[in-house]
Amino acid sequence: MSSDGDNDDFLYEDEYDDGFDQDDIDSTSEPDVYDAMSPAIEEAPQKKPYDVSWKVKTLQEIIDMQNKEIMKVQSLLEVPASSAAILLRHYVWNSEKLQEQFWNDPAQALEEAGLSPPSSPTTHTSTQPTGLFECPICCMEYDYSSTYSMGCEHRFCKDCWMEYLTGKIKGEGESAKIQCMESGCKRIVREEVIDDLVTHDISKRYHNLLNAAFVADSPTLRWCPHPNCEYIIECSQAPTRMLNQLVPTVECKCGHDLCFGCGYSASHRPVLCRIVKLWEKKCADDSETANWLQANTKECSKCQSTIEKNGGCNHMTCKKCKWEFCWVCMGPWSEHGTSWYQCNRYDEKSGIDARDTQAKSRASLERYLHYFNRWANHEHSAKLDAEFYQKTEKKMEQMQNSGNLSWIEVQFAKQAVDAVIKARITLKWSYCMAFYLKRNNMTELFEDNQRDLERAVENLGYLLEQNISDTDSIAKLRQDITNQAAYVQKRHDILMDDTLRGYLERRWEFTVDT
Amino acid sequence: MSGLPKRILKETERLMADSPPGISAAPKDDNLRHFDVTVAGPESSPYEGGIFKLELFLPEEYPMNPPKVRFLTKIYHPNIDKLGRICLDILKDKWSPALQIRTVLLSIQALLGAPNPDDPLANDVAQNWKENQSAAIAQAKEWTRQYAN
Repeated sequence: MSSDGDNDDFLYEDEYDDGFDQDDIDSTSEPDVYDAMSPAIEEAPQKKPYDVSWKVKTLQEIIDMQNKEIMKVQSLLEVPASSAAILLRHYVWNSEKLQEQFWNDPAQALEEAGLSPPSSPTTHTSTQPTGLFECPICCMEYDYSSTYSMGCEHRFCKDCWMEYLTGKIKGEGESAKIQCMESGCKRIVREEVIDDLVTHDISKRYHNLLNAAFVADSPTLRWCPHPNCEYIIECSQAPTRMLNQLVPTVECKCGHDLCFGCGYSASHRPVLCRIVKLWEKKCADDSETANWLQANTKECSKCQSTIEKNGGCNHMTCKKCKWEFCWVCMGPWSEHGTSWYQCNRYDEKSGIDARDTQAKSRASLERYLHYFNRWANHEHSAKLDAEFYQKTEKKMEQMQNSGNLSWIEVQFAKQAVDAVIKARITLKWSYCMAFYLKRNNMTELFEDNQRDLERAVENLGYLLEQNISDTDSIAKLRQDITNQAAYVQKRHDILMDDTLRGYLERRWEFTVDT
Repeated sequence: MSGLPKRILKETERLMADSPPGISAAPKDDNLRHFDVTVAGPESSPYEGGIFKLELFLPEEYPMNPPKVRFLTKIYHPNIDKLGRICLDILKDKWSPALQIRTVLLSIQALLGAPNPDDPLANDVAQNWKENQSAAIAQAKEWTRQYAN
């Protein structure tokens, strides 16, 4: 753990403009520790209304945040630090609610948090500190000095305590809610007790779990999801209720983008978190296979085998059970009498209904595949990024050699590749967005922007693939690529800006709830 | 058997000498962590008059981890499935090392007296129990008569 990392606040972006801020203030959020702990963020220019401010925190800063709050509660309520910690964790670090409950009824507040000894009938142990003590767990006899009780009348030997606590921490990943070993006793084991009773490694793990729980419980904190990154992002401008109009993409100190709203480990702008989740689920589960089956197959009316009709007449014979039936009305073939090869029940209501559902299902499948193929195409391209960079680097070398250009002068190519890759990610998500948009004028404008960006990216991609022949063509190519890259960047910004503003202006209508 | 923890020896001793009413538990000869158990259906429950066989196994981690218990006798109960597995909180997350074989078996006996169809393990049974309780109880009685003798 990089618990002793530098304490520099990583300040990236800044306050909302007024309209957005207002929205934040008149909401029903209760002030809690997390809000109180995040200091006011400084003003800075050119902030987009849909951008959020965030800070990157180290683990040590997260620990300091907790300690600060624990000390505050400790002195306010005049309780030991470990009790203050247990109280705060019980009230999910909402110190105002804690104080309210505590001053209302201190005994009850303590008991609810697991700090007062409830009576339990099963293991009555004598508290006389003389003679030997038989541990009710292992039934071995111990000197009193080798036993421990949390003051709740339940005494056990330290060996059993250690085994129990180690199992809870290592095996079950528990931390803040480890209770007394006695069945039904809700007393929480204090930090210092755990540190005293378990090995150093387990105690370290326990404290890591406590910190993880603190971050997980906080609506304004999120671990960076990238492997081996130990930073924590703090952002108070993207509460869950705002996620229907905000895509809070942030950048961690480790250099990766992530979505603060849902923890997605890359930018999924301009698509809302909820839509991304729906899309991923749709693409991952079997629902589209099921759609295909529904659109293209029917079940044998006798043995229910799935059948795809790939030609021939309507007289079907199930390969599995040899049942003969009519593909159109699904009735037994024998009932068709002499009207073979022309189902006279075709126009009956049931037949029409069946045809309608099949047609609708087919249309919906085609629509999905339209967007999915485009989405997947950009996803695939993104996977070839490394190759694209390599090819471009080769070309840059070639230009330096044959065109007498300096290293700095050929950097335009790399910048163009950067622009293409960035635009492709945005384009990829734009197809997911379009799939869920209702058909209306706004959607058409969106698709116009999408098409312009798509075209610009294609053109730039084409230019980057060009072969270099002589010095003159290099100069021209360089000019073209630089211009086109600037155009791609512009189209990208337009699509992004318009889409993200559209949420704030409530311009987008979706076919699903956001 | 050597190497058996004192706790298990003590529990076994007490179970054999003084078992709770309607409950018997005895370790197998070849494995002293493996118990043959019988539980009598509680009075005024659909299982009254039935003697249910169970098996109970004390894992290596016992008593830090709960014993594994399973019905061997077929039983119609919303919290017990076809394989005899039991849905009981103290056998899972509410386990405490201060609990014992005795308390576990008493809890299972109590579960027979108070089925909980809102927390089902056997979904079909639970549904029947909620929708048509008298039919479900009749079924439970019938299975008790048929299998639990």
